[in-house]
Amino acid sequence: MELSGGEIVIQSLKDEGVEYVFGYPGGCVLHIYDAIFRQKDVKHVLVRHEQGATHAADGYARASGKPGVVLVTSGPGATNAVTGIATAFMDSIPMVVITGQVPKAVIGSDAFQEVDTIGITRPCVKHNFLVKNVGDIAETMKKAFFLATSGRPGPVIVDIPKDITDPSIKVPYEYPAEISMRSYTPPVSGDIGQIIEAVKLIKEAKRPVIYSGGGVVLGEGSAELRELCRALNFPVTQTLMGLGAFPGTDPQFIGMLGMHGTYEANMAMHNSDLIIAIGARFDDRVTGKVDEFCPHAKIIHIDVDPASIAKIIEVDVAIVGQVKPILLDMLAQIKHLDETFDRARIADWWLQIDQWRATDCMAYDTTTGTIKPQYVIEQLYKVTGGEAYLTSDVGQHQMFAAQFYPFDEPRRWINSGGLGTMGFGLPAAMGVKFAHPDADVACVTGEGSIQMCLQELSTMLQYDTPVKVINLNNGYLGMVRQWQEFSYDSRYSHSYLEALPDFKKLAEAYGHVGMTIKKKEDVEPALREAFAMKNRTVFLDFLTDTKENVYPMIASGKAHNDMMMGPSSKYKRNES
Amino acid sequence: MSRQHIISMLLENESGALSRVSGLFSARAYNIESLTVAATIDPSLSRLTVVTVGSDKVIEQIKKQLNKLIDVVKLIDLSESFSLERELVLLKVKKSDATEQKISDLGADSMARITDETDGFLIIEVSGEKAWLDDFLLTLGDDIVEVVRSGVIGLSRGERTLTL
Repeated sequence: MELSGGEIVIQSLKDEGVEYVFGYPGGCVLHIYDAIFRQKDVKHVLVRHEQGATHAADGYARASGKPGVVLVTSGPGATNAVTGIATAFMDSIPMVVITGQVPKAVIGSDAFQEVDTIGITRPCVKHNFLVKNVGDIAETMKKAFFLATSGRPGPVIVDIPKDITDPSIKVPYEYPAEISMRSYTPPVSGDIGQIIEAVKLIKEAKRPVIYSGGGVVLGEGSAELRELCRALNFPVTQTLMGLGAFPGTDPQFIGMLGMHGTYEANMAMHNSDLIIAIGARFDDRVTGKVDEFCPHAKIIHIDVDPASIAKIIEVDVAIVGQVKPILLDMLAQIKHLDETFDRARIADWWLQIDQWRATDCMAYDTTTGTIKPQYVIEQLYKVTGGEAYLTSDVGQHQMFAAQFYPFDEPRRWINSGGLGTMGFGLPAAMGVKFAHPDADVACVTGEGSIQMCLQELSTMLQYDTPVKVINLNNGYLGMVRQWQEFSYDSRYSHSYLEALPDFKKLAEAYGHVGMTIKKKEDVEPALREAFAMKNRTVFLDFLTDTKENVYPMIASGKAHNDMMMGPSSKYKRNES
Repeated sequence: MSRQHIISMLLENESGALSRVSGLFSARAYNIESLTVAATIDPSLSRLTVVTVGSDKVIEQIKKQLNKLIDVVKLIDLSESFSLERELVLLKVKKSDATEQKISDLGADSMARITDETDGFLIIEVSGEKAWLDDFLLTLGDDIVEVVRSGVIGLSRGERTLTL
């Protein structure tokens, strides 16, 4: 088969099993777009801004487990995509981004819409390629998908100069079935000796905590994690990125840990004698003050990326490899223990944890008439039966969603944890809808974040991807306002958003349904009404309490046992 | 406790590979004391040697992060074993009896030799270990008109190699 470069790009996607490409055309990708036009297998989604394309592909990848694919033009097309690429990079999301480049002959001449895409994206991709020959496109595409999806996943860029996609130049096409790279061998199973060492520590632990992260979701290790946790009866905490890998409604789950984690999770970490970190990277939002992190604990760290190990926290047993085979090997070792392993041995530890739990650390004032953001999330949980896919933007609403919507399944909770990208939620929700057309998908957002990628409401109408937008509108950049209240004597420097649009009318202008909810008693009925409209995107603008804060909170630079508790919790200072 | 390490690696000889390595050092705020790179006998590979300073923990991270780069094929820390390190220095001095005397005073084992003499200026070529060269340059002091250093390269002694 002889194909042009443009056709090879699209045929490679087809051979890779790609269903959707999120993109935006422009001069340097016109040949590729013409190849898209002349086939039907790979479907293109025309976004309204390249950032939206990357977030949509990212949401698709997070919800489906398959790599997200993006196609944008050179120059501004590529630079607009950078935020979404960096977002995917920080959260290790598999993504292949095809960027057009100016013709080879003019690279370096400051040509129209020329930018050094390889240079600009280098620090925020797993790898990037500049393809120089039409005959190299297929193999490069194969390498890109291999790199993006194996080992620690991440975004990979394929930068393609326009001249090598010329329709008049055809070359033989064959998509490689397999690819190997001498410089890249992703780890598979873990070292059995290390696993045995880990099991020894597990056997001796009296105050253990399982600390599980996004790697368990990405590595499809959820079933094995559940089996391990239940076999051991150890308390389980999860990072923001890990939520859902272990069921959020299971009594063994002690809540999210870290800056806005639960009191019981953070206190358990601080007082633990053994931390089993699985697919988690000891992010600063998780560890708090590093010098005082888990001062009494031995640490087992399971991760696919050797560079994650001992980067922030020194560990006692490191196991490098894919989470699933490692947990299976660990389970096999634990089964040998059965006769000597006493699950009741940690009964005292559970008693202690239950005491911490009794502080009801996330409690909020339910007596006021104003709409509390937490209340909206609780009602959202109720109305969707806890089974929706939730995307979020970044800020207070993100934390409220993480705290008040317990996820029982992995890949249901989709948010920008590492980079913290406002504007992520809406296009990501659209991407999720492409992955799961029949599922309920909601985007929890705020009036600040939603305006950063609002234009994708238009794409959502065009492609009929109905999403429920849960806008927790408090008129403030809430998380900024909260920090200013705590750390800057309530000097609210530029955190109040004046001149907000009428979101109801705005949604209607985009062809969707808009609702404004001002009263607490209207929250649940509005949600029911919105979710009953299966085929419509509904923008629910909830006018919420303007001064609500996210509790508990570990202030920046503080340790796990030094938490700020909300006024409604039952916490008493002398308990600690 | 910070210590100097010489890390040597085989890189895919592709455009952009060097910037991935140097970019990693700047992005993660690691030090580069010197960096030198050239193709190997196998033209598909380059050998890059970087001298860096850091605590054991930082050096460990540097090596892991370098290994994570897709273009890095293999890596060795020459400071972990008995190795031979060399750096080449070319320096220009004004020809005078005093400078020629200083150079000859350094002795035959200094490996310093006068390579060029043009218009009353000498170019001296000298190779050696980095620390020795630092001292050598101090000795000549104000006599030096211009100096260029190649950056450190090295090989581990004995059986240990960095090859595919």
